Amino acid sequence: MSNFSLVSTVVFLPLVGVGMLLLVDRRREAAIKHLTFAVSVLTFLVSLQLYRGFQLNVPGMQFVERKPWIAGLGVQYFVGVDGISLLLVLLTTFLTAIAILSSYTAITTWVKEYMICMLLLETGMLGVFVALDLVLFYVFWEGMLIPMYFLIGVWGGPRRIYATLKFFLYTMAGGVLMLVGIIALYYLNGGRPGGEYTFDLLKMYGLDLPLRTQIWLFLAFAVAFAIKVPMFPFHTWLPDAHVEAPTAGSVILAGVLLKMGTYGFLRFALPLFPEATRYFTPLFSWLAIIGILYGALVSMVQPDLKKLVAYSSVSHLGFVMLGIFALTIQGVEGGILQMINHGLSTGALFLLVGMIYERRHTRMIEDFGGLARVIPVFTAFFLLVTLSSIGLPGLNGFVGEFLILVGTFQVNVLYAVLATSGVILAAVYMLWMFQRVMFGKVTHEANRRLTDLTAREVAVLVPVLLFIVWIGIYPRPFLATTEASVKQLLAQVHIRYRADEPRGGTPPIPTESGKVGMGPRVMDASREPRAERGAEGQRGRGAEGINIVSAGDRAGSALAQANRPQTTDDRRGARHAQ
Amino acid sequence: MLNSLWLIPVWPLLGFLVNGFFGRRIGKTAVGTIACGSVGLSLLASLGALGKLLARPAEARRVEQVLAPWIGAGNFQADWGLLLDPLSAVMILVVSGVGFLIHVYSIGYMREDPDYPRFFTYLNLFTFSMLMLVLANNYLLLYVFWEAVGLCSYLLIGFWFEKKSAADAGKKAFIVNRVGDFGFALGVMLLWTSLGTLRYDQVFAAAPAQLVAGGGVVTAITLLLFLGATGKSAQIPLYVWLPDAMEGPTPVSALIHAATMVTAGVYMVARSAPLFTLAPLSLSVVAWIGGLTAVFAATIALVQTDIKRIVAYSTISQLGYMFLGCGVGAYAAAIFHLMTHAFFKALLFLGSGSVIHGLSGEQDIRKMGGLRKHMPITAWTFLIAALANAGIFPLAGFWSKDEILYGAAAGGYGAVWALGAGGAFLTAFYMLRCYYLTFEGRSRVEPEAAHHLHESPPVMTVPLVILAVFAALVGFVGVPPEHGAYHRFVEPVFAGAKQVAGHAASVGEVPMAILSLVIALVGVWLATRFYVWRPEIPARMVERYPAAYRTLLHKYYVDELYDALIVEPIRRGSLWLWRRFDEPVIDGSVNGIGALIRIGSLALRRVQTGYVMSYVLSFIVGVVAILGYLAFWR
Repeated sequence: MSNFSLVSTVVFLPLVGVGMLLLVDRRREAAIKHLTFAVSVLTFLVSLQLYRGFQLNVPGMQFVERKPWIAGLGVQYFVGVDGISLLLVLLTTFLTAIAILSSYTAITTWVKEYMICMLLLETGMLGVFVALDLVLFYVFWEGMLIPMYFLIGVWGGPRRIYATLKFFLYTMAGGVLMLVGIIALYYLNGGRPGGEYTFDLLKMYGLDLPLRTQIWLFLAFAVAFAIKVPMFPFHTWLPDAHVEAPTAGSVILAGVLLKMGTYGFLRFALPLFPEATRYFTPLFSWLAIIGILYGALVSMVQPDLKKLVAYSSVSHLGFVMLGIFALTIQGVEGGILQMINHGLSTGALFLLVGMIYERRHTRMIEDFGGLARVIPVFTAFFLLVTLSSIGLPGLNGFVGEFLILVGTFQVNVLYAVLATSGVILAAVYMLWMFQRVMFGKVTHEANRRLTDLTAREVAVLVPVLLFIVWIGIYPRPFLATTEASVKQLLAQVHIRYRADEPRGGTPPIPTESGKVGMGPRVMDASREPRAERGAEGQRGRGAEGINIVSAGDRAGSALAQANRPQTTDDRRGARHAQ
Repeated sequence: MLNSLWLIPVWPLLGFLVNGFFGRRIGKTAVGTIACGSVGLSLLASLGALGKLLARPAEARRVEQVLAPWIGAGNFQADWGLLLDPLSAVMILVVSGVGFLIHVYSIGYMREDPDYPRFFTYLNLFTFSMLMLVLANNYLLLYVFWEAVGLCSYLLIGFWFEKKSAADAGKKAFIVNRVGDFGFALGVMLLWTSLGTLRYDQVFAAAPAQLVAGGGVVTAITLLLFLGATGKSAQIPLYVWLPDAMEGPTPVSALIHAATMVTAGVYMVARSAPLFTLAPLSLSVVAWIGGLTAVFAATIALVQTDIKRIVAYSTISQLGYMFLGCGVGAYAAAIFHLMTHAFFKALLFLGSGSVIHGLSGEQDIRKMGGLRKHMPITAWTFLIAALANAGIFPLAGFWSKDEILYGAAAGGYGAVWALGAGGAFLTAFYMLRCYYLTFEGRSRVEPEAAHHLHESPPVMTVPLVILAVFAALVGFVGVPPEHGAYHRFVEPVFAGAKQVAGHAASVGEVPMAILSLVIALVGVWLATRFYVWRPEIPARMVERYPAAYRTLLHKYYVDELYDALIVEPIRRGSLWLWRRFDEPVIDGSVNGIGALIRIGSLALRRVQTGYVMSYVLSFIVGVVAILGYLAFWR
C-alpha cells in the first residue's frame, strides 16, 4: 500500500475540492455547482474502489494507515475500514453526491460557501467513520458540527438560528462528555501494567476494566451517541433541525449524521465496555422500543411533512438500536443494514419533500391533497419510497427490520412483540400522510398548477430507488460485507452466537409444560454439530473456552482460538498496514 | 416446464414492467393485450406444469427449485425458492385461470377509464405476486408476497383515489392486514427460532420431532400464523376491511377479494397442515372462527342493499367455511371449496359488475328489479352462481360445501357442523334474495338509468358464460366425494396431516349430503316466498323486529366499536403525547436547561459591574464575614 492509503484519499478528496472551489469566482455559480458535484461523484467512485478491494472474510480493519500525529501524547493519524464502516463510507459518499445534485435550484444565495460547507461536511463525516484513533475520531466528530451548523444556520428556514444552536449545543454537550471518557480511557490504558499511553482504539479494545469503571465510561460515550442517534428522550433537537435545515441538510442529517451515533455504539461503546454493554442492554432496549412506538405515535399527528419524517426517524433508529442491543448476529447485521436503509429511504423522503417545497413553499400536509392526479411521476416515486419506509417486503426496509426483529426475538420475545407492533404503526402514519397528500380531490388551486419532476430531479431520485429495490431483492452483498466484522464485534462483547447454534438433533424446546416462554436459552454446547459446520469451527470451540459457536466460519473460529479478540485484530491491522 | 418453474409467474411481471413504464404511450389496445396475454401465458404454463405433474407417479409430484439466495445472516437463511406440488398446482390454476378471464372482462369494464394503463399495471403486479405467493417454498417468501398482494389490494381498492371513501378503504385494508401480519411475522420468527429453518420441507420434517404435539410452542406458532390468515382472509375479528374494499373496481373485487387473494389465508393454513396437526387447540380455534364467521357474515348479508356488499359478506362467510374445513382436518375439502368458490364468486362479482355497468353505476338493489329481460346472459349466469353458492345439487358449491360439512360431522365436531348448516340455510336465503331483487319482479330502476340499460358487450359476457360453465361443472372433479380425481391428486399433500383428534362419528355420507341439500332448499324456498310470492313479508319483518334489523344493517356496529376502542384512543393519545408531553416535558426540559444556564449567567453578569467601588465593597463584606466566622463560630 502506498504512502497515502485509499481510505485517506476518499476522506480528503472533498477537501481538495474545497481548495479548487476557493479558486473559482463566486459569481460563476453554475461552474461551482458542477465542480462540487463532480468532486462528490469522484469521491463516490473512489470509495467504490474500497469496496472492490475489500476482503469479505477478513473481520478486522483493512486499508489501514497509521502515522504519528502528536507523538508526545500518543495521538496518531490512524484510519481504516471494516465491513461496518465500509458500508457507511459508501452511504456517505453516495448521499453527499445526491444531496449536492439536489441543491442545484434550491440554493440561490451564498452558493460557493454552501458547496464548500457540503464538501467540508463530507470529509468530516467520512473521517468519523474511518478514524481508529480516539482523538482523531473526536476531532472529526466535533469538526463535522461546524459545517452543519452553518448549513442550517445560513440556508435554513425561519427559525434556523434557534434550531442550529440547539443542534450544536446539544450534540456538543454529549461530545464533551465523550471527551472526558476518552481522556479517562487514555490514563486507564496507559496506567495499567505494561500499558502504553496511546489513543489507539484497537489497543484499547484489550482493556479489561472493572464493571463499575466500565459503567461510567460507557455512559459518557453512550450519552454522546444517544443524542446523535437520537434515542428517546434525547430526540427533540431532531425535528427542529430537520424542519429548519435546507433539503440537502436534512438528507445528510437523516442519512448520515444520525448513523454516526449508532456507529459510535458499534465501534466504541460496545467493544470497549462489553460488561457494561450487557449491564445496560435492558435499559437501551427499552429506550429503543419506546423510541419505536413513541416516534411512530407522535409522527402520526404531525401536520408538517418534515416533522413527520423526523419523528419517523426516531422510530426507525429505535429499530436500529434494538437490533444492536439484541447482540445477536441477525440483530446487529439487520441494524447495520437498517442504518443504510434509513439513509436511503428517509434521505429520499426528504428529497421528495424538498422538491414539493420548492414548488409550493409549504410543507403542511393540509395544504396538499389530490397531487396524484396532477403530478403522477412524483407520486410514483413518493409511493415507492413510502412503501420502503414502512418496510414492505421486496424493498430494502423489510430486510433490515425483519433481521432486527428475528435477532431480537431470540433473546427477548416481549421486545420483539412490542417492536413488531411498531411496524403496524409505521403503516398507519405513512399511509395516512400519503393519502392526505396524494389522494382525494385537489382542494388548493395552487396545487393544480404544479409541474411534475424535472429530468434532474429524476436523476437525483433514481439512483436512490435502485438501491432501495436492490437491497430488497438481493441484500446479500450488503449483509456479506458486514458479517465477518459483526461476528468479531459479538466475540468482543463475549456473546455466544445463540442464533448460530445448530438446530438439528435434540429438540430445542424442552418437553415441559409446553409454555411459549422463550427467554434466552442456554444451549448445550455438546450438541451434535450440524453438517455444514466445518472442522475448524469445532476445533476452534474446543481449543478455548470461549463461547463462540459459529457455523463453520473461518473468522469465527480464528477468533475463538484467540483468547483475546484484540490480538487478532492487531495482527490483521498490522498485516494490512504493511 | 417443471425444470423452470419461474416461467409460470414471470409473464405478468413482464407485463407489469412494460405497462408500468410505457403504458401511457402504447395505447389502450396494446396495454390490454399485454396484460391479458401475459396472464394467458401464465395459464398455459400452469396447464403445462399440471400435465407434467400428472404424468408423474403420485409420490413424485413435487418439484422444488431455488432460484437465488436472498437473505443470509449468520445461520438465518432464506432463498428465492419455488415449490410446485399438487396444492400449489391447484392454486396457480385458479389464479391464472380465473385471473385470465377477469383480465379479459376488465378490457370491457374499464374501457372508459382514463387510468386504464394504471389499472392493468396493478392487476398484472397482483397476478405475479399471487402466483409467487402460492409457489414460494418457504415462509418468508410467502410473507413477502403476502404483503405484496396486500399492496396491490391497497392500490386497487383505492384505484379511484379521488373518492375519499375509496382512499379510506384502501388504507383500512392495508392497516387491518398489517395487524394480521403482525401475528404472521411473529409466527415466522417463532418458527425459525424453534426450528432454525423456514423452508416448508425442512419445517415439516423437523416439526414432529422437535415440537411437542399440543405443546405451547407449536400452538403459539399456528395461532400467530392464523392471526395473519384472519387478516388476509377476512375472518373475525379482522374481517372489517373486506366490505369496504368494494370501493375498488368490480373486476378487482372479483379477482382479489373473491377468487384469489382472500383465499391466501386458507392456502397458508392448508400449507401448514403438518404444523396445525400438531396443535389441536389451534385447529379448534380455526374451526370455530371459521364457523362463527360463516354464520356472522351471512346474517349481515341478509339485509344489505348494496349488491357488491352482499357478495362481499357472502365471500367472508364462504371463507369461513374453508377455515371450518381446515379446522376439522378436511384440508382437501377446504381447498376444493376454495377452487369452486373462486369460480362462482368471481362470477357473482363479474355479474354484479355487469349489472352496475348496465345501470351506469347503480349498486343499490332497491333500485333494480326485473333486469333479466334486459340482460339475460348476466341474469342466467348470476343465477347459476347464486345457486352454486347456495350449495344446490349438482352445482360446484354443493360438492365442496357438503364435503366440508361432512368432514365436520365425521370428525365429531357437532357444534361446528351446526354452525355450518345454519350458515348454509342463510346463504341460500340471501343469495336468492339478491337474485330476485336484482333480476326478477317489477323494475325499480331510476328512469335515467333505465334509459341506458343494456346487456354488456361480449368481451364481458363471454367470460361470464365460461365462468358459469365452470361454476356448474367444476364440482365433478371431486365426484365421488372424497375419492374423485381431485382428491387422488391433492390428498397426498395432506397425507402427513391426517386428523389426530378422532372420535369420528359414524355418519353416512349420502344422508348427510341429502340433509345439507334440504337445508339449502329450505333457504331457497323461504327466499322465494319472501321476495316472489309474498313480497310484503320483508317489510313486515322489519317493522316487527326493528332493533334486530338495525343491528344487522349496521353490521353489528363493529366498525363503530373498533373506532371507539382503538382508532380514536390512539389518535387522541398521540396528540396528547405530542402536545402535552413531547413539547412541554421533554423538549421543555432541554430548553429549560438552556434557560437555567442563561439565567445563571445573567445573575453572574451582575457581579462584573466594572465599578471599583462595588468590588471594594464586596471585598470588605467578605473580609468582615470571614473574620466574623473566625471570631464567633470557632
